[in-house]
Amino acid sequence: MAEKPMDLPSELQERLRAEFVREWRRDLRKSPPVKDRMKISRQPMPQRGAGERSRDFREVNRGLTAETAMTEARRCLDCARPGCVAGCPVAIDIPSFVKLIETGDFIAAAMKIKETNALPAICGRVCPQETQCETVCNLKKAAGVPVAIGNLERFVADFERNAGEVALPSIPPPTGHRVAVIGAGPAGLTAAGELAKRGHAVTIFEALHEPGGVLIYGIPEFRLPKAILKAEVDYLRRLGVEIRFNFVVGKTAAIETLREMGFEAFFIGTGAGLPNFMKIPGENLVGVYSANEYLTRVNLMRAYDFPNYDTPVFRAENAAVIGGGNVAMDGVRIARRLGARRAMIIYRRSRHEMPAREEEVAHAEEEGIEFHFLTVPIRYEGDANGRLRSMTCLRMDLGEPDASGRRRPVPVPGSEFTTPIDLAVVAIGQSPNPLLLETMPGLKIGKWGTIETDPVTMAANLPGVYAGGDIIRGGATVILAMGDARTAAASIDAYLNSSVPSRIR
Amino acid sequence: MPKIIARRRLVPNLHLIEVEAPETARAARPGQFVILMADEHGERIPLSIADWDADKGTVTSVFLVIGSATQKLARLGAGDNLPVYVGPLGRPSEITAFGTVVLAAGCYGLGALWPTARALRAAGNRMITIIDTKASYLLYWDDRYRMVSDRSLFSSRDPGLSGGEFVSGKIGEILKTEKIDRVIAVGCTSLMRAVAEATRPAGIRTIVSLNPIMVDGTGMCGSCRCTAAGKTKFACVDGPDFDGHQVDWDELFRRRKSYFDEEIQSLCRWERENLP
Repeated sequence: MAEKPMDLPSELQERLRAEFVREWRRDLRKSPPVKDRMKISRQPMPQRGAGERSRDFREVNRGLTAETAMTEARRCLDCARPGCVAGCPVAIDIPSFVKLIETGDFIAAAMKIKETNALPAICGRVCPQETQCETVCNLKKAAGVPVAIGNLERFVADFERNAGEVALPSIPPPTGHRVAVIGAGPAGLTAAGELAKRGHAVTIFEALHEPGGVLIYGIPEFRLPKAILKAEVDYLRRLGVEIRFNFVVGKTAAIETLREMGFEAFFIGTGAGLPNFMKIPGENLVGVYSANEYLTRVNLMRAYDFPNYDTPVFRAENAAVIGGGNVAMDGVRIARRLGARRAMIIYRRSRHEMPAREEEVAHAEEEGIEFHFLTVPIRYEGDANGRLRSMTCLRMDLGEPDASGRRRPVPVPGSEFTTPIDLAVVAIGQSPNPLLLETMPGLKIGKWGTIETDPVTMAANLPGVYAGGDIIRGGATVILAMGDARTAAASIDAYLNSSVPSRIR
Repeated sequence: MPKIIARRRLVPNLHLIEVEAPETARAARPGQFVILMADEHGERIPLSIADWDADKGTVTSVFLVIGSATQKLARLGAGDNLPVYVGPLGRPSEITAFGTVVLAAGCYGLGALWPTARALRAAGNRMITIIDTKASYLLYWDDRYRMVSDRSLFSSRDPGLSGGEFVSGKIGEILKTEKIDRVIAVGCTSLMRAVAEATRPAGIRTIVSLNPIMVDGTGMCGSCRCTAAGKTKFACVDGPDFDGHQVDWDELFRRRKSYFDEEIQSLCRWERENLP
């Protein structure tokens, strides 16, 4: 969900201003003039055809070309008071990088983004730009269609990666401080990168065997190719970040043990890895998955390539995915790619309330996904072997708005119906994973199992412990996790600088 | 990557694997498990921890060769690396002075239950152990169990060992003559269920270590969900130990067989490619 754009902090305003008044920017603003810029239409993102792509796992979007990217960049009016920066959770200097694209200096544009965002190839693909930077783009207010900031971000990140080895920023000499980052997801990777850039020795502890967290187990190859994630992680490694896989902090070693090992500060980015179920009859039948399990099998464990990979996953004839978020869209599009004749979204509210990104919904529709709105499953039925056979649902009506401001769905009496399915994926959200938190006595936990943190510093109530991402939010976006992580990294840096390094002590 | 220190066959189809994992060895407690993957294309599978050496930094498990994951594992040896080896996972077993404890173990469970047996002995319990085995040539570690047992019995289909009696019969026998405070059963699902059913009438608290299919082992996926006392639990983080009288055994059996066809497909393919 979009954070309300706020007034920018004065330090940031000054930084933007300093770039804005540069001579080349001034010259560029004059030609072409605004009225010509506004005549250019938004450059569409080239995509693979729905018929072809819905049978494989290769990426759907092809990305802009250098020409279309420069044309798109020309649409940006380089506003004196840009809305976009305030819409970005990590406050990327968007006008600067877009204008650098317009001049054709794509590498400089990439470096500009990387000043505040270490993972642009990922954000350019999975950020909900339409509710963030693009929704507050002044061009949207003026002409209705915002600059395709996300597509441009993706373009420069891809350009830089394809151009060869990505240049490293200059790193100050080692401070001697050691930081443990728990979880190699978007928050952890970002925090690690920021801390490494400040000269601290950073080790990421990751429970799984590959880095990325939700980026590897959750987001499918057709939306975020693993090669891109790998390149972004390699960049962090070159910054000096160490990653320990197969390490469950709280089980393999407690936080206190890590403290004894010499780690002075901790960033917890363990995410929302606890699947929610509906607690309806039949949910434990064979063939009913949590979205986490379904996605993990397919993405992390490569079950789409079974039996070349050993991990199996059900290939269904009739698949139902329960939920209306991005995870549900990923699930249903996977079911389609694994051969489902009918791949259905079952969502209890109407299309208007769906939290999924418009682009994902559009892609799903093109791929022949059926959408069943105002429908909720009330039980699953199985055969004699306990295998899922059908699902019974109720139709809903929208009533009064609930706490979230969305109209509450109410069941329509007598609307029960049963439909045959052999796969159900429950994608109704996740909760924070309690595994680590249970081993940290004294840690302040909120009502939804999230870590309570100071919103300004991201500090938890234990000394040297900071947190960000879904473990404090409960279930949000990659970019918000990264924003938290940046804030936390700055706080950790300040915390460490106020103490003597453990190696000297 | 975690390195294998030793891998050897204990008895036909049952192998021991010892892996270098210093942190896991330091943190391991009875009743916990690890998740490992034999190679880069492998499946993540849980194995109970059968022993550890915190000083040497190694962790040992015993596994039954059954599908392609364990076939692959049984072909590895000292010096080979495992792309996944993570643990200790799950909640440790309850270790306290219960009084008189009956331990029933079979198959890989003889390995899996060993740390618990050792700890319960050290905690001052009177120990009765029942080793369940199909035949005498499948016995291993019975010497270890004898060392910590006040009474040790066999249940077996091998008449030479125990007159061909099933584990439930042995439990019934013991219950007639002794006051039992706690029963713990680890092994194949049918053994654990049989033990739980044998103690149900007398209401003796019976702990079983459940063995559903897992993927991550940290509560993230819910593949291992099972029903205990009418509630859905995740065996990896809520267990693996559960009250055997509360477990929905039929559901566990069904969920364990989820990928029966795929397992056969995978194994046949592995055999075609790897066996002469």
